[in-house]
Amino acid sequence: MLSQNYIALIPLLPIISFLFIGLIGRAYFPKFCGLIGTLSLLISFSLSAILAYQFFFEIGKVNGVYQKIIALKYTWLQFTPNIAIDMGILLDPISVMMIVIVTFISLMVHIYSLGYMHGDHRISTYYTFLSLFTFSMLGLVLSSNIFQIYIFWELVGVSSFLLIGYYYDKPSAVAASKKAFIVTRFADLGFLLGILVLSYYSETLDFQTLIQRLTTNGTYLSGIATASFLGASALTWGLMLVFMGGAGKSAMLPFHIWLPDAMEGPTPVSALIHAATMVVAGVYLVARLFPVFVMCPIALDIVAYVGIISSLFAAIIACTQTDIKRVLAYSTMSQIGFMMFALGVSGYAGEEGTGFMASMFHLFTHAIFKALLFLGAGSVIHYVHSNDMKDMGGLRKMMPITHITFLLACLAIAGIPPFAGFFSKEEILTACFHANKFIFGAAVLTAGLTAFYMFRLYFNIFWNKDFKSHHTHEEHHHGEAPKSMLFPLMILAGLSVIAGFVPFNKFVTADGAGFETEFHLGFAIGPVLLAIAAILLAWKMYAKENSMSDNVSNSIKGLYTSAYRKFYFDEIYLFITQKILFNLIGRPAAWVDKNIFDGLMNLIASITETVSGSIKTYQSGKAQDYAIYFFAGTLGFVLLFIYLWI
Amino acid sequence: MTNLSILIIVPILTAIAVLFCRNTMQIKWTSFIGSIVQLCMASGLMFSYISERALGNTAQMLFQQRYSWYSALNIEYFVGVDGISVAMIMLTSFVVVAGILISWSVQTLTKEFFFLLLLLSVGAYGFFISLDLFTMFFFLEVAVIPKFLLIAVWGSGKKEYSAMKLALMLMGGSVFVLIGLLTTYFNTNINGLHTWDLLQVAHAQIPLQTQMYIFPFLFVGFGVFTALFPFHTWVPDGHSSAPTAASMFLAGISMKLGGYGALRVATYLMPEAAQEYSWIIVLLATIAIIYGSFATLMQKDLKYMNAYSSISHCGFILLGIGMLTKIAIIGAVLQMVSHGVMTALFFGAIGMIYERTHTRQLSDLGGLLKVMPFIGTVYVITGLCSLGLPGLSGFVAEMTVFVGAWQRPDAFHRTATILAAASIVVTAVYILRAAGKAVMGPITNQHYLELKDANWNEKFASVLLIIGILAIGIAPFWLYNLIAPDAQIIMENLTRGGIVN
Repeated sequence: MLSQNYIALIPLLPIISFLFIGLIGRAYFPKFCGLIGTLSLLISFSLSAILAYQFFFEIGKVNGVYQKIIALKYTWLQFTPNIAIDMGILLDPISVMMIVIVTFISLMVHIYSLGYMHGDHRISTYYTFLSLFTFSMLGLVLSSNIFQIYIFWELVGVSSFLLIGYYYDKPSAVAASKKAFIVTRFADLGFLLGILVLSYYSETLDFQTLIQRLTTNGTYLSGIATASFLGASALTWGLMLVFMGGAGKSAMLPFHIWLPDAMEGPTPVSALIHAATMVVAGVYLVARLFPVFVMCPIALDIVAYVGIISSLFAAIIACTQTDIKRVLAYSTMSQIGFMMFALGVSGYAGEEGTGFMASMFHLFTHAIFKALLFLGAGSVIHYVHSNDMKDMGGLRKMMPITHITFLLACLAIAGIPPFAGFFSKEEILTACFHANKFIFGAAVLTAGLTAFYMFRLYFNIFWNKDFKSHHTHEEHHHGEAPKSMLFPLMILAGLSVIAGFVPFNKFVTADGAGFETEFHLGFAIGPVLLAIAAILLAWKMYAKENSMSDNVSNSIKGLYTSAYRKFYFDEIYLFITQKILFNLIGRPAAWVDKNIFDGLMNLIASITETVSGSIKTYQSGKAQDYAIYFFAGTLGFVLLFIYLWI
Repeated sequence: MTNLSILIIVPILTAIAVLFCRNTMQIKWTSFIGSIVQLCMASGLMFSYISERALGNTAQMLFQQRYSWYSALNIEYFVGVDGISVAMIMLTSFVVVAGILISWSVQTLTKEFFFLLLLLSVGAYGFFISLDLFTMFFFLEVAVIPKFLLIAVWGSGKKEYSAMKLALMLMGGSVFVLIGLLTTYFNTNINGLHTWDLLQVAHAQIPLQTQMYIFPFLFVGFGVFTALFPFHTWVPDGHSSAPTAASMFLAGISMKLGGYGALRVATYLMPEAAQEYSWIIVLLATIAIIYGSFATLMQKDLKYMNAYSSISHCGFILLGIGMLTKIAIIGAVLQMVSHGVMTALFFGAIGMIYERTHTRQLSDLGGLLKVMPFIGTVYVITGLCSLGLPGLSGFVAEMTVFVGAWQRPDAFHRTATILAAASIVVTAVYILRAAGKAVMGPITNQHYLELKDANWNEKFASVLLIIGILAIGIAPFWLYNLIAPDAQIIMENLTRGGIVN
């Protein structure tokens, strides 16, 4: 049996570090906060690694099938005897894999930041936020209850808000952090409603019970499948709404607009949040509820099509951007799209579940090489003091280690064998080929584009023209980055080379049982040749300074401009929020309140005032006035009596 | 701590002691110590209440005391508490301590100011412990009058207008309540006598036709206090003209008097009518939630913003009550407590900012986090609570309301729930808009660079309220379990004539 005492420490260490640094460390020994945070995460990562070993090799498997183990469970809020929010830890292949990735990437980012953020006077605050983020993310992946995942989901959202807005005196950073929070919040509304729908019919919030009830025939499943609203069953609605939340966090269309702007945060944060861990939360959510999704082919199709369209869309935009972090951001969106549609085309058991396995595999490899790309980009930005690739070029001579590691990461994401991305992408393409030929075609095209834009980036940074610094000061020619930054780069580069050899089909599958996959040379060779061709094209266009790229972009000016302007999504959103929400709803509401409702109250008051103003003159204090009223009144009564009785 | 009368005697004694103080230092410290004693007593009450329940005491109201007050009309001083009132008493004691600390820098007429604050708290405590409807009404009035003076004398902006508006509208509400209570009184018959006894009235089986015209009076009357749409217009002006502590009391305590009354008096005593009218309550509450949040979007003044957002948040209280499910009613009570603490902190933070920058206009503020990290952080935390961040109290309350509301499966209630849930997105927009402009961003005014961060009293007050927010947000089960049995009792009364359709 699993010794459970240490499992709780994995998420608890970061929150302890958060409280300790935030309340005590920040005030009394700000210099050591980075080290404290890093150390706590190192322990957390070691424990995760031990747990992963134990789970995968010692106790996780029963009769050849990986189990879902509830390691801990506390009731947090008991609504009814059935419906309760629990705080628990659920161990299964995907959650164990995720905690290893999250703690590992987070550790790398912690170490890297020691160098990158060196000299920043708010570095202790930075590490406070990093710890909070890591805690939230770990809580999210370990959740045993669908409401628990929502709670941590929101916490992840707010930690990313804090980290994106870390440079809070920069208006663009504040705007980006607001945008990220509000867009994901809108998507989370769908998630919340989805939870309410699913829990209403399954009468539970617990993941295992919920999945069990909604996947086996019985009253629960028939109840949710027959209840219908606007032509779709409650199951479809529930899953689509949940997926809406997932699409928000994972920056799928149409909720992707926050991701590129989120690059306003410090670069290591981008590596951690917007590349490797937080954005895969949506994929993880779909994977977590995957057995239920399988019961509803419509919802799964939506996942697939949203995934492939986002993927292609982002790849096209990435080819035109010049801010290197934005290129990486769009490449992230594109790769997440790969994971999504891999889930969308997947079946449940055995080899049909290749898509699920491939998606998790790609999540794993992508986390490694994308973190490497971002950290490498951070190293470049650290040196050049600019994000724009127009200011770069020829950097291979100045920063050899960054150059080599970046090249390895590019090869990995482009899917060149034997680097990590090749294997996972190959599995995804295999799964698509069997399931849906349209998605397969689009996926191959996107893979080709990926190779192109990544090497466009690579050549523009490290080759092309020679680097001319805009700064003449000595201090800016400090050469390669400090060791604390290079160390994570080298580790991640090493892993980018070998991570593809992990036999995921044995460990992480939809139904928990491993299956055999064959290596299909036929599938592999086409995309690889396409990728190589794309790399050669990029080399031709960008390796030396020439006018070829300008000629190409001029010849497809319309498409190029709209892709460069990100297909005007920002403008559409701005229109909706400014024109519709603010001007058509907010302004009238405020006006109506001020003039109609408040006006009504003031009207009552002023009528009272007018009436009393006009009748108070009768109390004049003059005896002759009163005498007239007296006689008039008497006369009135006399007339009344006469009228009534005579 | 089982003698409930101490809860009103101590603030009265403190208020009297304040009258005999000779300088401002004495006044402040007397009030502060008095409020701390009150906080300790409230905590003691809560612990004795919990331990009494743990021992198996199943009486509906604990620690009852009963004295005849005016026997000709059968009016009694009758007090007792259940979990809901204990929660409200805790809320009141937190807000009173914080409000007194925030008022540390009041210079003019200090003695009168603190006297009125304490008097207001007497009214609130008395209201929450009363079980005699007339006594309850009496304390409700005690809580209204000081507000007029607090705003008219120590307020800012168009304070006379606002004070008058607030007092008149709340008085109008009270008149409605009084009419409702009198009708209730004359329609009860216990052994040949009419009664004000809340527990007896609840089981008096007033005929439906009578309930149907009593309920609107009671509900609208209390609703005015808790910003029931369309009787909410006193809220923005009243809050924004009030001095900081009065805003805190107003939003933190007074608005909860209405919510508590709407639940304990209107809904509990008139269950059949509540069922008949519940769709109107849901409708008005949903309008208030959506409309309040959109109106907040357009505000330019921090206090107006918070006042309008209070309208939206108090809508959740009424929505929870109107949904007539046990979970939703618990959610309504949680929202009362949560919003009380949160909004007191919010107004406190705005007051601290205003005292330093002398402006509340969003366009003039900027970058305050840099010069006042403590106050800026407080503002952000309370903002996050307002937009429902997990770990803070607002999330727990709103989610409980949603889960409870979702138990009503018909299209009308579903639509209302979805619309109410959608407001949390709008809330995020206006909260982040204000925080992003005022607290974050570049510094807009060079004078701000010389401003000082919070003093000890402001820190004390903020930390106290933040503890309240966290205690509910991180470990909601204690509060939930405190309230749940009493919500169950209200539910049983509601469904005595049959299941809610």
